Amino acid sequence: MDLHFGDSKPTDDERAAVDALLGPPESSWEGADRSDADLRWARGGREARDRRDLLLPGLHAINDRVGWISEGALNYLCRRLTVPPSEAYGVATFYAMFSVKPRPATVLHVCTDLACAAAGASELCAGVEARLGLGSGVSVERSPCLGLCERAPAALAIKAGDPVRTAVSAPATVHDAVLAASAPDSAPEEPPAAMAVPQAGDPALTLLRRVGVVDPGSLDDYRAHGGYTALRRAFELGPAGVIREVTDSGLVGRGGAAFPTGRKWQATASQPDHPHYVVCNADESEPGTFKDRVIMEGDPYALVEAMTIAAYATGAHKGYLYLRGEYPRALHRLEHALAQARARGLLGDDVLGQGYAFDIEIRRGAGAYICGEETALFNSIEGYRGEPRSKPPFPVEKGLFGKPTVENNVETLVNVLPILTMGAPAYAATGTAKSTGPKLFCVSGSVARPGIYELPFGATLGDLLELAGVRERLRAVLLGGAAGGFVRPDELDIPLTFEGTREAGTTLGSGVVMAFDDTVPLPRLLLRIAEFFRDESCGQCVPCRVGTVRQEEALHRIVARTGAAAADDIALLREVGRAMRDASICGLGQTAWNAVESAIDRLGAYE
Amino acid sequence: MTVVPLGIPRRLLEFTIDGEPVRTTEGSTILDACRAAGKDIPTLCQGDTLTPKNACRVCVVEVEGSRTLVPACSRKAESGMEVKTDTERARHSRKIVLELLASSVDMSTTPQVAEWIKEYEAKPDRFGPGAARLNEEPKIDNDLYVRDYDKCILCYKCVDACGDQWQNTFAISVTGRGFDARIAVEQDAPLTDSACVYCGNCIEVCPTGALSFKSEFDMRAASTWDESAQTETTTVCAYCGVGCNLTLHVQDNEIVKVTSPHDNPVTHGNLCIKGRFGYQHVQNRD
Ligand code: SF4
Ligand code: SF4
Ligand code: SF4
Ligand code: FES
Ligand code: FES
Repeated sequence: MDLHFGDSKPTDDERAAVDALLGPPESSWEGADRSDADLRWARGGREARDRRDLLLPGLHAINDRVGWISEGALNYLCRRLTVPPSEAYGVATFYAMFSVKPRPATVLHVCTDLACAAAGASELCAGVEARLGLGSGVSVERSPCLGLCERAPAALAIKAGDPVRTAVSAPATVHDAVLAASAPDSAPEEPPAAMAVPQAGDPALTLLRRVGVVDPGSLDDYRAHGGYTALRRAFELGPAGVIREVTDSGLVGRGGAAFPTGRKWQATASQPDHPHYVVCNADESEPGTFKDRVIMEGDPYALVEAMTIAAYATGAHKGYLYLRGEYPRALHRLEHALAQARARGLLGDDVLGQGYAFDIEIRRGAGAYICGEETALFNSIEGYRGEPRSKPPFPVEKGLFGKPTVENNVETLVNVLPILTMGAPAYAATGTAKSTGPKLFCVSGSVARPGIYELPFGATLGDLLELAGVRERLRAVLLGGAAGGFVRPDELDIPLTFEGTREAGTTLGSGVVMAFDDTVPLPRLLLRIAEFFRDESCGQCVPCRVGTVRQEEALHRIVARTGAAAADDIALLREVGRAMRDASICGLGQTAWNAVESAIDRLGAYE
Repeated sequence: MTVVPLGIPRRLLEFTIDGEPVRTTEGSTILDACRAAGKDIPTLCQGDTLTPKNACRVCVVEVEGSRTLVPACSRKAESGMEVKTDTERARHSRKIVLELLASSVDMSTTPQVAEWIKEYEAKPDRFGPGAARLNEEPKIDNDLYVRDYDKCILCYKCVDACGDQWQNTFAISVTGRGFDARIAVEQDAPLTDSACVYCGNCIEVCPTGALSFKSEFDMRAASTWDESAQTETTTVCAYCGVGCNLTLHVQDNEIVKVTSPHDNPVTHGNLCIKGRFGYQHVQNRD
């Protein structure tokens, strides 16, 4: 590679931000001043290029310190990592949280997604924008779901500096949001994670049992409440024994694809190629989903323990926890948990004194829904654009860094703890024959007690909504988020299982349940969904890149029309939607038309 | 590549295409097998010298048991596969892809697309006059080649050719995302401020004419470009000892552009700046 770096130099601040991450440069080959020795010595090759995966952390470091990524800063980072500047520019412009143009040090992300829209996000935006005009030092940006839907409407302020400061305002008023943006340090503290769990403290809970009960900052407290008994059991069983338990439990992935977890682990464990990796997908960005955030904020050690078990079972010694960039509190809690676990020998060279080495690194996403797709997530960690790879080969064979990788989301992983502590048969006795165990649901919208609910598989949609206190005049329920589908208020007896929802022609997806009463204008909601997919398409394949745009255009045209006047555009939508579902590379394009289609077919949205 | 590397003997796979049994060597794609069997499948982003990116999705076929359609250009053939190339479902997706592309970019210089649009009865106009288009101005910032991204279908071929698949210069990459994704150099700067070494290998692989010789661009603008009046002569580059093959495209006794045969086992169609653009001296007759 003959890399070409322009003349732009970083500012002292930008250089310091990068050096804080990478250490000071050793020679002029990576951006230090030239010394005599540099003239007779070259640095490069594989060793230098192998640090490409530090590109995303590097971009975060600059963006956190300065608020945007200048040409000089990008050049310096590229020099340090031997990354071509054009590619780094391509990566930086891929993520919504980064800017390659100057902008104020503070950015206020105001959520305009489904639950927040229903709770008055547009008035909030207008009010905030009126107060924080030009010259206020704050850039107000409309954001997709911030994962705070139980407290809609929501806003997140990020103030660049050393250290970067963040503040959350939810439910936000214009006054609170402006305060959070102008003085994030003095903004009122967020309510504890347990506030998002209306059932908190109920002894019948399994997955959410500790949320609100343990101190999320205390490893001792975690152990006092049963923490690390599952890992001990894992060491007793041995890797094959763990996989057998997980297989027998019937656990399937909770991210939406419902793939048997035991089979995935087995497939990874048996790959001859090494090293193996464990990746936790904590990039929860499906609009309406916030369960992973609550677990990470309320019971962070559970995730650390579960990842350790997954690694032990599949023969991995390194794990990556890919966390949504918009979750500052979860980040702090997890960083703390990892440090404590390391200090106490629960991570590191000799986990629990068993001679097993494992450690976890956190990687922050930077505002891209598509990075929740498993292969896009690998690309993102590796320092490439978060574009999905085509499958096959599957991750169990060629995943992160081209090596066998097991990837699970947060909820799937934490299920492994009760499987090991209570044993596979007892676990499998919960739920139904095909959907075993407990399930988390994120309920938001027109309900009295929005939040996360844990129910055994098999409860009906009506049971769940009753718990959450559904309001009168229910008009529609969105199941599974923007990639899911709408159902009617007379369909509340749908059983919440993978097979039950499939039979009813809909999907459980990631466990989103959004209720909308008749005050919510349905066409606007559909438009927002279309806008979401248009914004979040990675742009790689034609059906998705252009199809999502054509879909949004058609919905704009029919927003105020019904019946015959809308028929042509609905026919067009169907044709494009069918090709998107059939020919897109990944799940984003394949599901982008689901919700709109269901609204037309089940709710009669434009009749 | 038409040159098959001589490796260990490869297994033969048996499967069916449109009900007919076919045999192909392990490692070949469905597209390879289809072409060998005389099936005509449209392709845009597939390149004979590049690893397919399978981004355009115009080559999709139906494979028994697969939930979605499958890109023929990159999916490896497997024993027992049942491939259907011409079903209503596959044709529907191809038609929509052609409509989506042709409604958003200028495909007037993309070979074969007009035929496919006709064959699949695609109607790119039906998204209405308000349908979003790229609407980019051509970037003319050097004397050698023009980047007219209004014609770019984002096939990634130029990125792969400039990057780790051939040139290793990494001057260009994809920036932005979704409909706003574009091919660009760092900071969207002019080409002259980038790492580009003007080998023109990206022009060689571009399927749409989004990248073209300045000479071709100017002649098209003046309506003097006439491919039917051109002759092509393949010769050997005289500059250095590598011995690359050059194909000179000559119109009215003037070289109007230079390409290179892709089946050359040494260069696979790649050249350097001298062979690609340094032809003025040949026609300097003063
Ligand atoms: S001309 Fe060569 S160096 Fe320049 S962009 Fe094209 S392939 Fe890359
Ligand atoms: S410029 Fe040409 S080669 Fe490059 S992505 Fe666009 S169409 Fe493909
Ligand atoms: S094209 Fe370049 S490398 Fe090839 S023979 Fe000519 S001068 Fe040499
Ligand atoms: S936080 Fe606004 S919709 Fe989820
Ligand atoms: S030619 Fe196969 S996807 Fe483009």
